[in-house]
Amino acid sequence: MLPRKYDAGVKEYSKMYWQPDYQVKDSDLLACFKIVAQPGVPREEAAAAVAAESSTATWTTVWTDLLTDLEYYKGRAYRIEEVPGSDESFYAFIAYPIDLFEVGSVVNVFTSLVGNVFGFKAVRTLRLEDVRFPLHFVMTCDGPPHGIRVERDKLDKYGRPLLGCTIKPKLGLSAKNYGRAVYECLRGGLDFTKDDENVNSQPFLRWRDRFSFVAEAIHKAGAETGERKGHYLNVTAGSWEDMLERAEFAKTLGMPIIMNDYITTGFTAHTSLSRWCRKNGMLLHVHRAMHAVIDRHPNHGINFRVLAKSLRLLGGDHLHTGTVVGKLEGDREATLGWIALLRERFVKADRARGIFFDQDWGAMPGVLPVASGGIHVWHMPALVSIFGDDACFQFGGGTLGHPWGNAAGACANRVALEACVKARNEGRALELEGKDILTKAAQSSPELKVAMETWKEIQFEFDVVDKLDVAES
Amino acid sequence: MTNDIRDYASQLSDQNSRKAGTFSYLPPMTEDEIHRQVEYIVKKGWTPAIEHTEPEHAHLSYWYMWKLPMFGESSVPHILSEVEACHQAHPRNHVRLIGYDHLAQSQGTSMVIYRGTQQ
Repeated sequence: MLPRKYDAGVKEYSKMYWQPDYQVKDSDLLACFKIVAQPGVPREEAAAAVAAESSTATWTTVWTDLLTDLEYYKGRAYRIEEVPGSDESFYAFIAYPIDLFEVGSVVNVFTSLVGNVFGFKAVRTLRLEDVRFPLHFVMTCDGPPHGIRVERDKLDKYGRPLLGCTIKPKLGLSAKNYGRAVYECLRGGLDFTKDDENVNSQPFLRWRDRFSFVAEAIHKAGAETGERKGHYLNVTAGSWEDMLERAEFAKTLGMPIIMNDYITTGFTAHTSLSRWCRKNGMLLHVHRAMHAVIDRHPNHGINFRVLAKSLRLLGGDHLHTGTVVGKLEGDREATLGWIALLRERFVKADRARGIFFDQDWGAMPGVLPVASGGIHVWHMPALVSIFGDDACFQFGGGTLGHPWGNAAGACANRVALEACVKARNEGRALELEGKDILTKAAQSSPELKVAMETWKEIQFEFDVVDKLDVAES
Repeated sequence: MTNDIRDYASQLSDQNSRKAGTFSYLPPMTEDEIHRQVEYIVKKGWTPAIEHTEPEHAHLSYWYMWKLPMFGESSVPHILSEVEACHQAHPRNHVRLIGYDHLAQSQGTSMVIYRGTQQ
């Protein structure tokens, strides 16, 4: 075959980057984008433009294109599908050769897939719905520092979901009062308490003071209850050096778990912290502040399932996923989808859960999903039913708001949890019989009885904004 | 009103404040309830195993194994009779029943069936 001749100018992307007969390789990184093209731009052209701009191309032909084998390196759009229930948007499936990405770097994948292309004029809106990370790439990433199984063994907790609570008010408590709130929750029966995401090192609550008082609370509550306890000490900070200093101090205090906000601190800092955690035997709880900026709009941004998959690759032992039933956004089937993506070894494509590709995780351990936000004892049957055992439920107001205080609130939640697990093991239908199960458990737990009376009427019934794409029936 | 608020009774000096994992916040189970939890372990395909320890050492990862895990055992009465035998041999110890999940390479569940008394 003769070498191509150089032909300067702007060409249609679809000539080179739309390839419907392409046979996907096992090693390709696959992406599904939801695209709304500008008026007059054909779908194939828009899809090809996204493939081109997120891989090898720029807006015009350049002579140096001919110095390489673009046929080998280019990303290509290989399929277009209708989006159920939408006239204007469509799905574009794009395959990227694995050579385009640095090994072990989710950062590099994001810089390509959701880089300049999201400001591209040929598309009006663009949303990255799902990514199939080939096993070849997965195996180059660190993954969770410990994973669900090791966490259970370290904490000696089996056969039930874990229980946590975020300390409130979010901001304003002194270190000693903060430690008091932690201690009361833990002695009442919770496994974990948590720093709120914006608790870093404010003037009223410097991190070192907070860590010290919290450590005393954990040690005493552990000795008192005979159970292993933890508090997600938030090491999120303005620089990696500060994060590391805080993590090291948590270790010297004998703390089992720390936390970080992986989107605001950035994937790179997060990866370094996750590596430190594995090296130092520290569990890593991961918060997701800023995710809704990126994942909530149904037509533009990145679906949370991609952010969840990315976190599993970057490393983390816990990740917030939404509750389905509480105060925050979360479609049930979509949430079940990303819970599976966090926990399972192999996840099959399942459009009913918004999962576009099979995902093989190889040897990578699972991440514990965390349900948090506006939940209380009445939600317990549904939570156990939806999440199963491998999850952590965090009741903030639902613990601290108990009329008798944190310890009673914690105890109420623990009793409700164990009653639901016991009933489920007995084969009872939790979501149908939830009221009976809790009412019976409350007969021997005055703490639960009062909690049920306090929160009976509270419900959150707003419709979700980011729904799965389904045709109107 | 302060009078309506109950104290949460739990102290370092009170052995009853020590909890022991899953179901330790519920009242002791009846025989029938225990039977159904064992059935759950069997139905899951997990391997039953029995362990015991002195209550003051309950916080440690390793308790004493009572014989070997009961591989392939699906008879609930037989499993319960082993739990009972362990309890008879060590009446002052905590006795727990574990379900080993070999696919997860972990314990699927673990529950204290007999609560021991401090020496």
